[in-house]
Amino acid sequence: MDQYTLNLLVVGASFALYIGIAIWARAGSTSEFYAAGRGVHPVINGMATGADWMSAASFISMAGLIAAVGYDNSTYLMGWTGGFVLLAMLLAPYLRKFGKYTVPEFIGDRFYSPTARMVAVVCLIVASVTYVIGQMTGVGVAFSRFLEVKSSTGLYIGAAIVFMYAVLGGMKGITYTQVAQYCVLILAYSIPAIFISLQLTGTFLPQIGLFSEHTASGQPLLVKLDQIVTDLGFSSYTGHHQSTLDMFLFTMSLMIGTAGLPHVIVRFFTVPKVADARYSAGWALVFIAILYTTAPAVGAMARLNLLNTISDNGAQPDGIDYAGRPDWMKNWEVTGLLKFEDKNGDGKIQFYNDKSEAFAATATEKGWAGSELTVNNDIMVLANPEIANLPGWVVALVAAGGLAAALSTAAGLLLAISSAISHDLIKGQLNPNISEKGELLAARISMAVAIAVATWLGLNPPGFAAQTVALAFGIAAASLFPALMMGIFSKRINNKGAVWGMLSGLIFTLVYIFVYKGWFFVPGTNQLPDNAANWIFGISPLSIGSVGAVVNFAVAYVVSSATDEPPVEVQDLVESIRIPKGAGAATGH
Amino acid sequence: MADKSSSNAYWAANVRLIMINLIIWFVVSFGFGILLRPMLSGIAVGGTDLGFWFAQQGSIFVFMIQIFVYAMMMNKLDAEHGVEE
Repeated sequence: MDQYTLNLLVVGASFALYIGIAIWARAGSTSEFYAAGRGVHPVINGMATGADWMSAASFISMAGLIAAVGYDNSTYLMGWTGGFVLLAMLLAPYLRKFGKYTVPEFIGDRFYSPTARMVAVVCLIVASVTYVIGQMTGVGVAFSRFLEVKSSTGLYIGAAIVFMYAVLGGMKGITYTQVAQYCVLILAYSIPAIFISLQLTGTFLPQIGLFSEHTASGQPLLVKLDQIVTDLGFSSYTGHHQSTLDMFLFTMSLMIGTAGLPHVIVRFFTVPKVADARYSAGWALVFIAILYTTAPAVGAMARLNLLNTISDNGAQPDGIDYAGRPDWMKNWEVTGLLKFEDKNGDGKIQFYNDKSEAFAATATEKGWAGSELTVNNDIMVLANPEIANLPGWVVALVAAGGLAAALSTAAGLLLAISSAISHDLIKGQLNPNISEKGELLAARISMAVAIAVATWLGLNPPGFAAQTVALAFGIAAASLFPALMMGIFSKRINNKGAVWGMLSGLIFTLVYIFVYKGWFFVPGTNQLPDNAANWIFGISPLSIGSVGAVVNFAVAYVVSSATDEPPVEVQDLVESIRIPKGAGAATGH
Repeated sequence: MADKSSSNAYWAANVRLIMINLIIWFVVSFGFGILLRPMLSGIAVGGTDLGFWFAQQGSIFVFMIQIFVYAMMMNKLDAEHGVEE
């Protein structure tokens, strides 16, 4: 059976499974549509949260990001997992106790302010829409690479699948498809990683393989990797090369951004009890950690494999002959993820750091005229099975895994967006007397419209589409997380404090991003060049969310202290969300 | 609410537990993984040092253990103060 047929079979089987779940898990009420009837087992919810959280970026790009620079990009690993500690202790149990359906609804009730609720709705929509575009383009790209269809066709197919289970089943359908998608994506990620770890280190678990001996050289894997990359003029893999302050703030922004992202928070509304919400966050992190502790091993091993392939394990220091390159390089050149340009015309592949001034003299001496291979980071995961000579079904599984990661996150985001529209805007503002049936219909229509808009944006990605980390995490960190936390941990923060706090954090963060990235990301409208020399105290626009959060906390505290304290019923609300007792009654169904 | 003082004690105990956990959370990631890494460079782990291990793996393991321990201790605390569901 050829590779194309295999890919088609495996991806087709996974899609048939998702559709089967869609038909089985239909939602009959708003409680089922928004919160899966609050009957999801904490372990199952943990697994669904894992798929909800791990996006196309986690699956396809993260290992490559780590591979490219090594230690300095540990920020992603710590940042995207550490947020779950905050979620488990500072937000999830209390918001579950609150017992309503959306994040803006809590902000609106706790700060007794429709304005606060609307600010939260706007933040939610901007963050989630930016995030969802990346997933939709990810679906298109995965289709075009593995199934040889146009990426627009792939996008339509992906959107149709999401439409089936999200519109019919709402949170209920999404939950059970996410469980299936988690299983697909974690198998697709682990199997190639285990084989590569066995090949390079003889160790079964990649987590241990990363810190084991590289069998071929007899040196520890990381020592070998450090030596090879520094010999080619790159910075050492395990060394610390970037600003410590920026690394600190970036990690913090990712952590509090993770905790403040609405599509993750609402997953914890689906479990039966407050105690379940706490455990469920632990399970979510276990399922996420299986991938997140594998990723650094995949990154290091894939980079070592790539460099060893190009130098034929050091036997050809000037690079292997281009004509005799392995088949997987040919395959990935077709996709454009790998590009070769013979700059010095010697027919061999030289791959080194041509930006390093210190290495320039060595390169000239060797007769090298610039690095000849352009490598897209995503290849570290996508081409892994081929580099390791794994059977065709593993390649097909990686295709299905990438699609599962993108679709599961897209569905979670679309639910957060459509609930904000049907529950916060329509039921909360425009038509408070809408019936249960009417709201369920409104929720389904909002979901259908959100899918259509996301598909259109996926086909015509706007300038801000590539700014998921800056926009989604920046906004969640600077506006939503502080407001939620203060709403639970302080009885003194009032409506004015919350609104001014959220707006100051948001505007501060956006202005800092726009100054370097362009106003509304329009190219050429930035006041300062986006590089470390121009950043204030070396803080990159991606890391500014955590500073925005501090601004939010400070403004909210000062404004609240200068104005009246919240009414008694609001203080009672805070008292009641702090204790688990009575969570069942609060859901009101 | 007759049990106001009990619920205040419950909340204070919860906040104390969270503070301890956030200190651990901070020390393993921002501490061992970033700020204190130079001080730990003498401790070798599989071809590199302890700080690298904490940054790429160790902190994630600690995070997981923390959440489960917190959830268990809170169940106990809920029962002690009679606020469990």
